Amino acid sequence: MSAQAAAFNTSFPAGAGTTTYNYTVVRQFAIMTLVWGIVGMLVGVIIAAQLMFPDLTYGIPWLSYGRLRPLHTNAVIFAFGGSALFATSYYVVQRTCHARLFAGPLAAFTFWGWQLVIVGAAITLPLGITTSKEYAELEWPLDVLITLVWVSYAVVFFGTIAKRKTSHIYVANWFFGGFILTVALLHLVNSAAIPATPWKSYSAYAGAQDAMVQWWYGHNAVGFFLTAGFLGMMYYFVPKQADRPVYSYRLSVVHFWALIFTYMWAGPHHLHYTALPDWAQSLGMAFSLILLAPSWGGMINGIMTLSGAWHKLRTDPILKFLIVSLSFYGMSTFEGPMMSIKTVNSLSHYTDWTIGHVHAGALGWVAMITIGSLYFMIPRLFGRSEMYSTKLVTTHFWVATIGVVLYIAAMWIAGVMQGLMWRAVNPDDGTLTYTFVESVKSTYPFYAIRLLGGVMFLGGMLIMAYNTYKTVASGKAVDAPVLQPAPAHA
Amino acid sequence: MDILYLLIPLSVVLVFLIGALFWWSVRSGQFDDLEGPGHRILDDD
Repeated sequence: MSAQAAAFNTSFPAGAGTTTYNYTVVRQFAIMTLVWGIVGMLVGVIIAAQLMFPDLTYGIPWLSYGRLRPLHTNAVIFAFGGSALFATSYYVVQRTCHARLFAGPLAAFTFWGWQLVIVGAAITLPLGITTSKEYAELEWPLDVLITLVWVSYAVVFFGTIAKRKTSHIYVANWFFGGFILTVALLHLVNSAAIPATPWKSYSAYAGAQDAMVQWWYGHNAVGFFLTAGFLGMMYYFVPKQADRPVYSYRLSVVHFWALIFTYMWAGPHHLHYTALPDWAQSLGMAFSLILLAPSWGGMINGIMTLSGAWHKLRTDPILKFLIVSLSFYGMSTFEGPMMSIKTVNSLSHYTDWTIGHVHAGALGWVAMITIGSLYFMIPRLFGRSEMYSTKLVTTHFWVATIGVVLYIAAMWIAGVMQGLMWRAVNPDDGTLTYTFVESVKSTYPFYAIRLLGGVMFLGGMLIMAYNTYKTVASGKAVDAPVLQPAPAHA
Repeated sequence: MDILYLLIPLSVVLVFLIGALFWWSVRSGQFDDLEGPGHRILDDD
């Protein structure tokens, strides 16, 4: 044990008989977050390369774009993002409630069950076994397993809240709790299907009805899985890393209630100019515009936490990750409502602009807040005061940030160009100015820049993996003792 | 659009549930102190 780790441990004398926090499951999920992040982003890089070089995988069906693309989205959202949410929510709920995780064996089941779902996805999706519902491609046996894991997750999480030693429930837990309950509801409604064989089922809904349910689910998955849960992370790890209370606790409470009261109906903006009734499209657009307010409230609240301590950003790369993730959150929650406006959407929809928007959110916000939170947690979970190399964290930050900027800027330009080319008509006879393949050809250089950005982001993850390996190897698994809550000082 | 007979009632039920939860949290004093909790998490280790 290094001197550093020894010093760290003496400040936490874990005497016999003291209960400790359940860090085992947190450690497992934290390490798997990193592993699945690398796997998922690697598949992303492969499919980005396939768009440039369509023959890259020699026409092998299991490695075709159509099968790897859902594997990429499932791996990054549910394997990487999901593991990150489990790890951080279990860590935060224990520490802020001053209580050991409720139902330890059930928590272990959520870990192994969730990993089984992921492995199931990694096998079935390349085989072409899919419901073909976006972000809900997994067939019914895996959907059943997801349901079991999720119910267990809810029991563990809310059980821990119930046995808390503080009367107040910290705001981060509200966000995590909202995310857990809503995702359960979304999954149950959207995945309703009639099984025909062990690996084939038919959706309970048909036609435009199915599309409506699909995007009610799809957009709320963005809102609750990829936003509310990660906001829970933000409200704990940003104040902790900055060592300052959140800018306005009052605003964080308003943020939570405003977000969950208004979120549910943004989905129809994915179906502009389709068979969905016009009024439903407009309703989706209106709700999407409303969302700008709570989103920016939360973003400003997070960033202003540093007010009076901006200098910390100069030296602390973990804080850089957290704060830059918030600025990407602000950007994509501004861009999203704008793209939901029907006239803007008529240009942006079906173009690579959408892909750029998604990755501003997924890489810039979700991945970067996760990375910052992991850099905060990993040393603490392995009995060290900090990561093996702070310099490598700084390198990771710059590589990742430049990667995201290259990615989204390339996709913005490509998307607007595609939209303009597709709608251009010759004024004389009203025929289309460009063939579709001309727009594909013009997109080529931007696909190259996007691939470079993706490779950089993946490279950053590999730097993180090395840094984590060195940190874990020189530390040892430590479970901090449960602390008595400090007396209220208000 | 029969699906709206499912989705709209679901939203209405949900809003009432959220409303009830909000009512409970206000009544049980969750938001009586809107300064302290922000500071308290900094002392948890």
